[in-house]
Amino acid sequence: MTGKNLARPIRLGSTFKIAARALRRNKLRSALTALGIIIGVGAVIAMVSIGNGAKAQVEAQIAGLGENIILIFSGSTTASGIRTGWGGAGTLKIDDAEAIRREVPTVTLVSEEVVSTAQVAAGNQNWFTRIYGESADYFDLRQWALADGVPFTNQDVRSANKVCVVGRTTATQIFGNDDVIGQVLRIKNVPFQITGVLTTKGLSSQGTDQDDIVIMPYTSAMKRVLGGGTTLRNINAQVASSRDLAPAQQQIIALLRQRHNIREGRDDDFTVRNQEEIAAAATATTETMTALLAGVAVISLVVGGIGIMNIMLVSVTERTREIGTRMAVGAHGRDILTQFLIEAMTLSVIGGIIGIITGIVASKIIAVMKNWSSLISPGSIILAFIVSAGVGVFFGFYPARKAAQLDPIDALRYE
Amino acid sequence: MSNSSDATAVRLEEVRKTYHTGDVEVHAVRGVSIEIDQGEFVALMGSSGSGKSTLMNIVGCLDRPTSGRYFLDGEDVSSLSRDDLANVRNRKLGFVFQSFNLLSRTSALENVELPLLYSEIALTGLQLREKAEQVLIAVGLQGRGDHTPSQLSGGQQQRVAIARALINDPEVILADEPTGNLDSRTSVEVMEIFQRLNEKGITIIMVTHEADIAAYARRNIVMKDGLVQSDSRPDHRLNAAAELQRISASDAVEAII
Repeated sequence: MTGKNLARPIRLGSTFKIAARALRRNKLRSALTALGIIIGVGAVIAMVSIGNGAKAQVEAQIAGLGENIILIFSGSTTASGIRTGWGGAGTLKIDDAEAIRREVPTVTLVSEEVVSTAQVAAGNQNWFTRIYGESADYFDLRQWALADGVPFTNQDVRSANKVCVVGRTTATQIFGNDDVIGQVLRIKNVPFQITGVLTTKGLSSQGTDQDDIVIMPYTSAMKRVLGGGTTLRNINAQVASSRDLAPAQQQIIALLRQRHNIREGRDDDFTVRNQEEIAAAATATTETMTALLAGVAVISLVVGGIGIMNIMLVSVTERTREIGTRMAVGAHGRDILTQFLIEAMTLSVIGGIIGIITGIVASKIIAVMKNWSSLISPGSIILAFIVSAGVGVFFGFYPARKAAQLDPIDALRYE
Repeated sequence: MSNSSDATAVRLEEVRKTYHTGDVEVHAVRGVSIEIDQGEFVALMGSSGSGKSTLMNIVGCLDRPTSGRYFLDGEDVSSLSRDDLANVRNRKLGFVFQSFNLLSRTSALENVELPLLYSEIALTGLQLREKAEQVLIAVGLQGRGDHTPSQLSGGQQQRVAIARALINDPEVILADEPTGNLDSRTSVEVMEIFQRLNEKGITIIMVTHEADIAAYARRNIVMKDGLVQSDSRPDHRLNAAAELQRISASDAVEAII
């Protein structure tokens, strides 16, 4: 009968059964403990989903600018002394745009841009909207097709004709569901003939309605809406491929510095940004926001984990005699350790699963309510699951070890 | 059950246990040598501080002697590791406690199954249930398997605990004040079960401070100051079954009066 004391393996099956029985004995407590993890994991999933959704939306928005775009603003954000901000100082001239068209060979499309707001009217309806003056290249450059009608032409731009293209929102506000092609829109008492209606773009990342717009030749806008002037707010240029972005940007800077007579060592009086830079900046912003939200959510997950630890410690103390009894009938320390670890993990994993579902539902609800988009990535779900199991092990270990190290004699006598 | 030639269940050789509390040495057990044969029913008696609990912990493989040797069923268990002692307890010993130590809000069947969950032999759920039902029948609790401790009387709870002690077919059942929390009639009922099990050849060692309970055992060992003071076999051993009949009869008489 001697020498039969070989270490037997832990039988996970029966240990799991023991843990499940223990959790069932305290249903309410188990549920409340799991709630901490449910909220933590749910918050992480929801926040990351919304963050990812925002990022995807911003990326789509930037892609919606068109492809391989370079934006040139008048004024400088880096000017020493008086800082004017983008588009502020009116340093870009129509000739500058013409020069870019002529002298930067990789630039394929150029649109001079001026922006204003005005009350527009037709019949007895009127509406306050944004007026954009652009070149005829604008629609190709922004990849913004017309839903109906035709865009204005280069001829219209040269002649500063009283024609315009309207966005869907503006069209609906003034004309309801009527056909707007050929209709006349009065802007500052100047009648403009509508040649086309743009396709719908929806809200921008800042929440403005991109379809609430009137676009007309920039010449017409400068002459008839802005009331004269020769400066542009900005110039939009497009290059053929993304490889050309940086070189073209450098060429444009050199060209404009020369045209504006800026000496070596002095700051530019304009600002050039290419689409990749804008995308990077915008993405960085949303990523920062996502990280911040996820950080807050992770804190609640940690709090949930501490909740598990707290309850497991209470549970170990409360069940000291049970532990003693188990040891008396043959449980090893590691059986007890495994049991309490499995209890903690079961709580956290079940909490995690419910939390994942809660998070997905919550992110969908928030997305619908706030008109945001949410993007649930499988990666974040898998990560949340692993993290919640990890929380169980991490926060369950100390109480479990405490239980496993109890002396059976003391534990049996514990009152 | 055992292959030991002398059929000795428990053999203690000069067992000592010394505790150190601060600078003070407490000699709880000061050299005890006892042999308990298979099939014996021993009552271990003594006042508090006599060392009987310490001795019981050693016999129950919950503690190791400071010196001396302890053979359980022929196997030297004096210096086994914590885990090996747990295995010995699981295979060879059954415990019955004064306060039953059943898991609350857990059915009698699941309580009885407990030692099997830690045994070296893995049983299926069905086998577990069958064995548990068998031992519950042996202690007269057929049909109560689904009851939780709070739904059972003290005597019934102690019978569940005895069933739990029996489920591993132990060499020795160790009972620590098994009747301490029970009224006199229920105590006799528990003694009846012990005597019945003992008749079947199971060795029982029972700690008690009540002389009338010790009278149901075949052998009484009295401890004092960490030593065996007396070791005797009572001439008039009580028969629990007969006692129960007598109690029932007198109850009936009282009811008539």
